Parts: sequence; structure tokens; C-alpha cells
Amino acid sequence: MLNYVWLFLMATSIVVGAINGKLPEVTKAAFSMAETSVKIAFGLIGVMALWLGIMKIAEESGLTSVLAKLIRPVSKRLFPDIPEDHPAIASILLNLSANWLGLSNAATPFGLKAMEELQELNENKEVASNSMVTFLALNTAAITLIPATILGVRISLDSQSPQEIIGTTILAGVCATTMAIIATKVLQRMPIFNRELANEAMAAKEQ
Amino acid sequence: MSEMFGRVVGIASDLAIPFVLILIIGYGVAKRVKIYEAFVDGAKGGFEVAIKIIPFLVAILVAIGMFRASGAMDFLIAIISPLTDLIGLPAEALTVALMRPLSGSGSLGLVTEIMQTHGPDSFVGRLVSTMYGSTETTFYVLAVYFGSVGIKKTRHAVPAGLLADAAGLIGALLICKLVF
Repeated sequence: MLNYVWLFLMATSIVVGAINGKLPEVTKAAFSMAETSVKIAFGLIGVMALWLGIMKIAEESGLTSVLAKLIRPVSKRLFPDIPEDHPAIASILLNLSANWLGLSNAATPFGLKAMEELQELNENKEVASNSMVTFLALNTAAITLIPATILGVRISLDSQSPQEIIGTTILAGVCATTMAIIATKVLQRMPIFNRELANEAMAAKEQ
Repeated sequence: MSEMFGRVVGIASDLAIPFVLILIIGYGVAKRVKIYEAFVDGAKGGFEVAIKIIPFLVAILVAIGMFRASGAMDFLIAIISPLTDLIGLPAEALTVALMRPLSGSGSLGLVTEIMQTHGPDSFVGRLVSTMYGSTETTFYVLAVYFGSVGIKKTRHAVPAGLLADAAGLIGALLICKLVF
């Protein structure tokens, strides 16, 4: 699917860029974003190391499995294929809580760690598992309890009540999260999204 | 009032990270974990993960950057706006709705600009503030998270992510209409 999204973005930007006479800008954007990507990745090394180190302490002390047990009533419904007190549950919880608190630079390391642990459980290493998709849908639809960035902008623009959008933001986040759960649970059963899984299974059988 | 509120939020975000650090390290000490060794052992993975996501970051960010620079967004808005007019979505808010799944900094720029023009306490100012906080940069997250573990077939991730975004954005509009 990302194939089509990527093709759409690339093809439209070149066609529309040509129509608008903006091809030089398009080219410039391509190069400057390529550079930005590496800057982002390099900027991530330090925070990534910090949180992975802290996570390791949490794992060895057993704190991750304590957390996993605490949210088991919810997690076993959302992620039925993750075994009880598996470290993936704790990483998912930490990633989502970092999102809820608006701590975006802590969220990414936890999220990537969660993906790594989900990949260990995944039978088919090139095809996304149900748990992975559910996790990502929850992640991208995250509820933000403290939308710090937007609050900062509102305060700097002399809003009379910068905080009045917190309630509406939480409610809109609840809408997105509810939809994320319903959509993943319904879509994961549809044959069109299981074609790759079925194909792989058949190939394995023939061998 | 607003100043005090700003301070409270500031204190809460200042304390969140130290609290998590103290909790995890304190628990480790209580359970007699060799915390320094464990930390260093875990931290080793940081470099590898950061380097591994570079190709996926380049792929998605370059495509999005080109898309934005080409002015294709205006075309998309022209096509979609008759539909969104029907549900009473202001034109400025539509640009935010379309930009949000693609680019965090791009949509924050739009939101700031809209609030500068219309005022943060106008309806559209409140609406775009709500929209910004209620979804994430879906394509970036999908590309980087799947890329980091080598997943090539993303199955229902894109439609599920976009449906959730749409629900968040439509929810934001309805809720703001009710509340403000």
C-alpha cells in the first residue's frame, strides 16, 4: 500500500510541478528533504540510546512485565496475539503514554522498540502482523492530554484562553482512537488485506 | 489566568520525564539490577536503530517535500472542497486536515499562520488547534516504524490509519461546533 502512496506523491508532484512551473522548487525540495532525513536520524541516535538504556533497566528489573500485567485486561482484547506479560506490551504502553503526554522525542524510541518486539512474534517477517497494524493505528490516532506544542503557539499569540482547546482535542482524539480500533478489527478480517499472508502460506505449503 | 495555566502545563511537562527516569531507575535499584551495566547494554542499540531508519525517512520525506513544493495541495483542495463545504468545514481548516497526515512541521506552520490571521480565539483558530492535536503524521510513522523492522507488506495499515485520521478530523469539527 505504501507503494501506491509513494507513487501517488511522486507522480503528482512532478506532473503538477510541471503544470505550475515549479519543477525547480520540486527538485530543491527533494534534495533538501533527503538531507533533513539524515539530520533527523542522526538527531535520534542520542535519545534513542538514552531510552533504550532506560528500557533495558526496566526490563531487567521486571518493571515491564509488571506494567504489562496491569494493562492486561485491555491489552488482551486489543492485541490477542501477544503473549501475556511479553515486553512488547510495556513498550507499546510507554509509547502511547509518551504520545498522550506530548513527549514526542521519547515516543519514537519506545515505538521502534515495540515494533522490534512485535517483529519477534511475527511469523512472516515481511508482512505486517495484526498487532503491528493495531499498534500503529493507535499510535497515529493518539489522544493528546497535554497538546504542549499547540498550547505554546496559542499562548504566544495572546489567546484569551489557550487551554480551552484541551477538552476538544481529547474528545477528537477519542473519536480517532475509537475509529482506529474498529477499523483495524474489521479490516484485518477482509480477504483483500490477507492476500499476502495467504500467498506466503501457500508458497510454504508447496515447498 | 492564561499565564498561570501556561506555568502549570510547563511544570507538568518538566516533571514528566524526571518522574519516569526516577521510577524506572528506583525500581531497578530496588530489584538489585546492575543499573549502569544494563543501561549501557541497552543504549548500544541506539545507533543501529537510528541508522536503519534512514532509507525509509528519505523515501517518505522526499516524496512529501516534493508534493508540497509542487503546489499539488491546492489542486487537492480544489477537488475536495465542494464536499467539505457540505459539512461546513472552513477552507483554511481543510488545508490543515490534508497536511496533518503528511507533515508535522508543515501543518504546525499552517495552524500558526491561520491563528495569526484569524486570531487564536476565532472559531477557525480553535478548530485547527483541535485538529492539530487529535491526529499524528500517519505516513511518517508508518514508513519509519515498518521500515525499522523490514516490513514490506503493510496490509490494512494505511486505510486504518487514514480512517482514524478522518474520524479525528470530522470529530474535531463536530465537537468544536457544539462547544464553541
